Amino acid sequence: MDDLFIARSLFGTTMAFHIIFATIGVGLPLMILAAELTYQKTKDQDYVVMAKRWTKAFAVLLGVGIPTGTIAGVQLSLLWPGFMEVIGRVMPLPFQIEIYAFFIEALFMSIYVYAAERIAPWMRIASLILVAIGALSSAVLITNVHAFQGTPAGFRYENGQFTDINPWEAFFNPSFFVTAGHVALSAYVVGAFVVASVAAFKMRKHETGTRVYQLHQKALKLTLILGCLFAFLTALNGHESAQYLHEYQPEKLAAAEGLFETQSHAPLAIGGVTDKETKEIKGAIEIPWALSFLAGNSFDTVVVGLNDFPEDEWPPLFIHTLFNGMVGIGSILIVIPLLVWAWRKLLKKDHYPKPLLWILVCTGPLAVLAIEFGWIFACTGRQPWVIYRILKTAESATTATNLSTLFILFIAVYIILAIAVVLVLLYFFRKNTELDDIERAEKKNVPLYSSNT
Amino acid sequence: MADALIAITVLWGFVFIYAVMATMDFGAGFWSMVYINREKTRATNIANRYLSPTWEVTNTFIVALVVAVYSLFPTAAYNLGTILLIPGSIILLLLALRSAFLVFSNIATEYKKPLTYISGIAGIIIPGLLISVLPITHGKFVDYGDGFANLNLGRLFSSPNVYAFIGFAICSTLFLSSLLLADYSKTAGEMDAYRVYLRDGRILGPISLIFAFLIMFTLQNEAEWLYERMMDDLPLLLISVAFFLIIGVGLYAPSIFQKGVMGMPRLSVIAATLQYLIASYVYGKAHLPYIIYPNVTIESAFTDPNSFRAVFITYIVGFAILFPGFIYFWSLFMHDKKYLRQKG
Ligand code: HDD
Ligand code: HEM
Ligand code: HEM
Repeated sequence: MDDLFIARSLFGTTMAFHIIFATIGVGLPLMILAAELTYQKTKDQDYVVMAKRWTKAFAVLLGVGIPTGTIAGVQLSLLWPGFMEVIGRVMPLPFQIEIYAFFIEALFMSIYVYAAERIAPWMRIASLILVAIGALSSAVLITNVHAFQGTPAGFRYENGQFTDINPWEAFFNPSFFVTAGHVALSAYVVGAFVVASVAAFKMRKHETGTRVYQLHQKALKLTLILGCLFAFLTALNGHESAQYLHEYQPEKLAAAEGLFETQSHAPLAIGGVTDKETKEIKGAIEIPWALSFLAGNSFDTVVVGLNDFPEDEWPPLFIHTLFNGMVGIGSILIVIPLLVWAWRKLLKKDHYPKPLLWILVCTGPLAVLAIEFGWIFACTGRQPWVIYRILKTAESATTATNLSTLFILFIAVYIILAIAVVLVLLYFFRKNTELDDIERAEKKNVPLYSSNT
Repeated sequence: MADALIAITVLWGFVFIYAVMATMDFGAGFWSMVYINREKTRATNIANRYLSPTWEVTNTFIVALVVAVYSLFPTAAYNLGTILLIPGSIILLLLALRSAFLVFSNIATEYKKPLTYISGIAGIIIPGLLISVLPITHGKFVDYGDGFANLNLGRLFSSPNVYAFIGFAICSTLFLSSLLLADYSKTAGEMDAYRVYLRDGRILGPISLIFAFLIMFTLQNEAEWLYERMMDDLPLLLISVAFFLIIGVGLYAPSIFQKGVMGMPRLSVIAATLQYLIASYVYGKAHLPYIIYPNVTIESAFTDPNSFRAVFITYIVGFAILFPGFIYFWSLFMHDKKYLRQKG
């Protein structure tokens, strides 16, 4: 295999693995905060129990999220030294500021977990808010580098030289806010549905109306409300992201939609496979005029097709499927909570049938899948550029060869970590059942947060 | 000129802070493994009580360090990134196993032993690999065939100087962490653990010093330019050795603050920090202006002035924001008697 391809695969694997833990790491603190605040409002101990259990899960996930993130951060310099040289010169601010976000998260996470019993309740909430802010900012800032890769700004590039560098202009590059908003909102989607999945899974195993069932039912309700809200906002914002592609990276939008001819009244293609040879999309359901409307809010909008670009600058065409996958899942995730609501409120049913619970169990993995689709779409769809129209991926890669051994080693370590983290979570929550925590929460003098046996 | 010098000083400061924090961190992980079967002395508990809240913060420093390199000296980052692919990747792999299993060992209590062994052993190898970056920057192990820099691993691992560095890193990790844990357990009133760590410090101190001499001795052959420049500051090096004697006083003399207690670990910790500070200042000064000898200097690798100014401002603002957080953290975990003296 050629070394560039291995480098890309290695980095992509690292990111695909890190992103699972990172995204949950952004989403979960908000859910914990929601539970803590609901407790302050209702004084229902169950919410404290939820907060505690999610915090433990969060601490375990951080044990993988932080080291894999460290790998990602260092691997950028190891595998793409040419890219990081440019980033260091032009766009150092997000990484720099991100460090402070990491510090805030690390400091207050330790305080929230290891000092929970020694600090005042308001301080506990304040620490949690700082953890949530830290996690959110780290996501927003790292995404800013990604935004810069798509819409570079803040410098002039002539004869291989970077001049007139303005790092703040680079920081506030055109797609920063839209992209960062999308990543933040979608992380909350993931946080909410992952918790909802677990709650639905547990409800399936316990008798309706038991203490434990009620606990999970409350968790389910809380997270479905939040999940539906954030899924809706994600879709709105995703629509805007697509408009940015139309404006700034038209070939990516064309590839995402399998559009070859430049045209107004362009159709939106759902499903199907894009064929490079015949230059058409096969087996897709086409909604006439819709793409033009989505791209520019008017049917007259001219959407540029792939034929207008040299073929060696086309993104890989399979990103069409990834894009469909992400949007499809996004739409499903808006509908499912609404269905549950209709079932309970309109049809006035007070139980959750097994099939419904099974559907809810699927939502968390689906949300994670949407994140994976979205990122691979965004990163792979930028090819062959690492910085759009400035620097090619091939030019920025390491000159070292024989990367395959490293690739195998990293994959092995990711597999070990993945298995271990699942086993540890299962072990911990089997040993600390919901009833144990409910009991601890009810007794005033027994530590809840620092209990872990 | 002045800007590049400020930048390298900041970077050197990060390296130093990380070096101190990482030695405490990796060392504590190792000790918690070594003493895991000696439940009576509680030496493992002390190590864990230090480690649990701090590893995450320490880890952030390594990221800060890498980010500082490429935002202050992008060209150096380019070269280092190319050269360090293999050692860097191995460090990352070990670090991942270490951090993850450290967390797991605190959660899955029944499997604490095997998990602690994995994290303890992975953790103690890391400082040895990290420090190998220093001899690599001395230039002798980098080939510049066909225009690309390339690390010659064969030459690297047949160099006595590299082994002296590795030995020094591992010994000092154990040495400094035992001093710190001695101090920490004394504050916590765990006198059994205190005696264990005091003894470890007494054994490891001289070994670390021997390795330091070995580094200088082998440096003479392998990087003469650096050796000569370091020797220009001989008085400072001698002061550094004098601090070593103060560490010894802290370890052996009876306490003048508390009757009937042997040793003043706080004195040793402070003296050790100063000793390493002076020694690394001499090393860093001699290394200038080269980042990677002889091709990359702080001048040639320096970032764009506008970017430097912006980054520098974020350092100041960031530090101002974080400082109270660090103080609060410190008071909760290093200073709070209730935390230090807890059972369990
Ligand atoms: C739960 C996850 C999730 C969901 C439900 C959606 N997205 Fe998304 N999307 C992401 C998660 C995501 C992401 C993983 O976070 C990406 C990858 C890069 C980025 O900026 O965000 C992304 C990227 C991304 C991009 C590409 C941006 C770029 O290449 O720079 C577009 C155009 C959209 N999304 C559009 C949508 C639309 C129209 C959705 C309708 C429902 C949608 N997304 C739902
Ligand atoms: C977090 C989720 C992410 C995932 C799953 C992901 C996935 C990928 C994949 C699969 C590739 C290989 C693309 C290819 O060669 O076809 C890639 C490349 C890359 N990504 Fe991302 N990425 C993510 C986030 C980011 C972010 C936030 C950045 C910005 C710092 C980034 C920067 C890069 C760079 C520099 C490359 C290498 C050059 C390139 O192939 O364009 N990625 N990523
Ligand atoms: C958009 C995708 C990403 C999201 C949402 C995200 C988010 C996070 C979060 C929440 C953490 C835990 C922070 C902490 O507790 O300290 C983390 C860790 C980390 N991430 Fe990511 N990250 C993403 C992509 C990346 C990329 C592309 C890089 C590489 C440049 C990266 C580098 C890191 C590093 C270095 C850490 C460890 C920080 C530490 O040592 O404390 N992340 N990330």
